[in-house]
Amino acid sequence: MHSDGHLHDGGTWFEPMLLVSIAFFIVIYIGAAAYSGRRFKKWPASRTLFWILGVMSGASALVGPIADRAHMDFTVHMVGHLLLGMIAPIFLVLAAPITLALRTLDVQSARRLSGILKSWPLRILSNPISASILNIGGLWVLYATGLYGAMQHHIILHALVHFHVFAAGYLFTASMIYIDPVPHPLSFKFRMIVFALSLAGHDILSKYIYAHPPSGVLKEQAESGGMLMYYAGDAVDLVLILILCYQWFKATRPRESLAV
Amino acid sequence: MEFKPRNHKDLSITEKRYAYSARNLWSGILFGIGLIAFIDEAIFHQLLHWHHFYDKSTSNIGLISDGLFHALSWFATVGSLFMFADLRRRKGFWLKRWTGGVLLGAGFFQLYDGIVQHKLMGLHQIRYNVDIRPYDLIWNITAATMILIGIVLIIQTRRSILNVKADNRHAQ
Repeated sequence: MHSDGHLHDGGTWFEPMLLVSIAFFIVIYIGAAAYSGRRFKKWPASRTLFWILGVMSGASALVGPIADRAHMDFTVHMVGHLLLGMIAPIFLVLAAPITLALRTLDVQSARRLSGILKSWPLRILSNPISASILNIGGLWVLYATGLYGAMQHHIILHALVHFHVFAAGYLFTASMIYIDPVPHPLSFKFRMIVFALSLAGHDILSKYIYAHPPSGVLKEQAESGGMLMYYAGDAVDLVLILILCYQWFKATRPRESLAV
Repeated sequence: MEFKPRNHKDLSITEKRYAYSARNLWSGILFGIGLIAFIDEAIFHQLLHWHHFYDKSTSNIGLISDGLFHALSWFATVGSLFMFADLRRRKGFWLKRWTGGVLLGAGFFQLYDGIVQHKLMGLHQIRYNVDIRPYDLIWNITAATMILIGIVLIIQTRRSILNVKADNRHAQ
């Protein structure tokens, strides 16, 4: 098939490059954790584990059997989407990469990094509303327009869409649950309302896909893919909701228990 | 709210309940919505297969309403239980007011589902290929009953709050 040829041509250089970057991301994190663990308090092993799981789940959507079958089978594509856009971001956010970077870098670079994090473009991007629009709105553009069909024929578009799904997923997760330091934190109530609305957007899109298959997708595949997106999306979002509510529960602890 | 206490330590259990009466009510309402949505999903969708995931007659507004309520109930289930735990650790849990909230939330969700989503928006029906009327009647009458009992419980607990407030005013 024409589209397959294109993607496999790209695959010859893409796969080794990706495997090298996976190794790079894991090694650099472990190195930083060991280095900063010697200077400060020991870096928690659970965070290193989250980082490895995050990189692996993201990568499993891009190379290997899921990636190979994703452009022929929409349901498999949806499995990849879950791994890249939802599961990998949760693990990576829980690994607190920015905290680790700030601990590892020398004072001047750490200041520069926190300056970038405080800058107004990042402040706008990391607002829960804009992060939700980028994340859920991006998915609407992907599945409700011809983009999904076009993506299967153009390797650059394919790569851009995957990058967006991951980056928007990370931005969204980081804007909802605060693990790394946040220069301008927003209230739990505000984050919970935006979260519930974007969850609704995700649910509506799942049923919309079920009813209106994206371009080039068979009816049965759109139906099972839509249902997978609905129920698996619920399961992953349940984890996020639990973390967010638990953070609220800890933050609103009554004063008197502190004195005990 | 004028009744907000300054020091939690000095409060009796009754006063604590009253101080958190709104949180008791909201935790109940959200839990009721979450509970009835869970029962709907687990029993009617997954076990009995009476409801459809998507009905061919579903309108766009029906899809939006369904998505919003599904997301709200999913969040409400978890959030209301954390609120419940919060009330317990503050020793401000008030079973009667909370139960009133549960019945009101559950009844409202079921009535909205039965009247607006099933009938007006045509989201899906309770069952297919049978005479739907007895099902619709049972569905909506149960919902209305839950709302009524819920409102009665909420009014009763509201009255006892007002009584305590009046007593405090006399004592001063």
